[in-house]
Amino acid sequence: MSYEELTERVRGIIASNQHLPQEKVTAESTFQELGIDSLDGINILFAVESEFNINIPDDAAQNIRSVRDVVEGIAKLLNMGEGGQAAVQA
Amino acid sequence: MRHRVVVTGLGVISALGHNACEFWQALAAGQTGIAPLESVDRALLRFQNAAEVRNYDPARYFDEKEISLLDRFAQFGAIAAREAIADAGFQWTPELRENTAIVTGSCVGGQTTEDDGFVNLYRKNIPRVNPLTIPRTMENAAASRISLETGITGPTYTISTACSSSNHAIGQAFWLVRSGAAQMALSGGSEAVFSLGFLKAWEAMRVVSPDTCRPFSRDRRGLILGEGGAMLVLETLESAQARGAKIYGEIAGFGMSSDAFHITQPSPDGAARAMRAALADAGMEPSEISYINAHGTATPANDATETEAIHKVFGAHAEKIAISSTKSMHGHALGAAGALEAAVTLLALDRSILPPTANYNEPDPQCDLDVIPNQARHAQIECALSNSFAFGGLNAVVAFRRVVA
Repeated sequence: MSYEELTERVRGIIASNQHLPQEKVTAESTFQELGIDSLDGINILFAVESEFNINIPDDAAQNIRSVRDVVEGIAKLLNMGEGGQAAVQA
Repeated sequence: MRHRVVVTGLGVISALGHNACEFWQALAAGQTGIAPLESVDRALLRFQNAAEVRNYDPARYFDEKEISLLDRFAQFGAIAAREAIADAGFQWTPELRENTAIVTGSCVGGQTTEDDGFVNLYRKNIPRVNPLTIPRTMENAAASRISLETGITGPTYTISTACSSSNHAIGQAFWLVRSGAAQMALSGGSEAVFSLGFLKAWEAMRVVSPDTCRPFSRDRRGLILGEGGAMLVLETLESAQARGAKIYGEIAGFGMSSDAFHITQPSPDGAARAMRAALADAGMEPSEISYINAHGTATPANDATETEAIHKVFGAHAEKIAISSTKSMHGHALGAAGALEAAVTLLALDRSILPPTANYNEPDPQCDLDVIPNQARHAQIECALSNSFAFGGLNAVVAFRRVVA
């Protein structure tokens, strides 16, 4: 899975989880722009954890405030470099 | 006619011991009951610590058949009620039983029982669930058990408003006795939260601390779940004085509000309105308050919001109020929290010792109050508040006054 594919999947997860049109959720959207509050945020992390079968630590979760933050957090947990392939297949 | 309402009996079972005496000794010494979780496999959880009732053997309190009928939360409620009644030291009469109310609080009732039953059904494919699951699980199981044990036949009910449950319960019981609708009341709450399914749900909320509970400290990282039960005996000042009873303190006022803001985020306005309502109900001026037992969960959001609410209500007087969150010692017992903290506040009034905020490391500019860090303080206080603010934005505050013997 490339970084771009990961970004697309995350956009899809967030759009579906928050009942938003996917075109509104861009790679650069912040949670604030999308009207996503702290409870929505942990709900998104739950969806992401389930989708990729990963565990996002609380400390990392606290700093996630945008779509980009989610993508980069997952990439780190999946040992992906930017533009590289996932070492762990989701 | 309005009666003055006093507390003449206390019972507590918590992470700080199995009775009110042990509870108070730990609080006054600033000793915490938070320790590695024992009742659930820690390997399955991100957080590792909890305020559990340790070395608890239900057979010390109940026979085998009774245990099969009672979830741990109902046992805690009944044990606390027995101690409170014995402590109050009155004699039952048929008339008193008819005119005594029971109002309890619980957030999740017997969900440990439910969890066990559903594990059998869903995971072990055992297609039958124990028929006692329903009477063990219902939130009113503790209230009903207390009624059965004591023969109390007056108004008996349970309030479930998440973390405010037992403050709402105590407030209702107070109003019943104040108005004369009940001659006496037994009120408080109990909770037993340690089952894997429930803990995983808390883990997913990302509000449980990975180490300990550090209310108002800049390095606070969340709450620590607790369990237990606390019950109070409420009666009129006249009846307590007539029988020469020991009086812990007066319940002087009760205030409630709803945030209408967010399902989980706290609001300073809602919390402030509940404190103001309690003061108004008690006929107290803000300047009379010298101690607040804070809700103080040690989540980043609660403690900053509660601080802001206290500043709103008390203005410049806020800096003169001593404030502690004893959740740093007995944990956050959800629907039992208000009851445990009412017991703390009454004992503080009675003993003229203010229990500290334990595990406190460093001041937070967002929590710029006198939070009694780590060391209990000797101080004779006349008036105090105990705050409870729940998920769902439901706030309940009880006002207490010292009674001079």
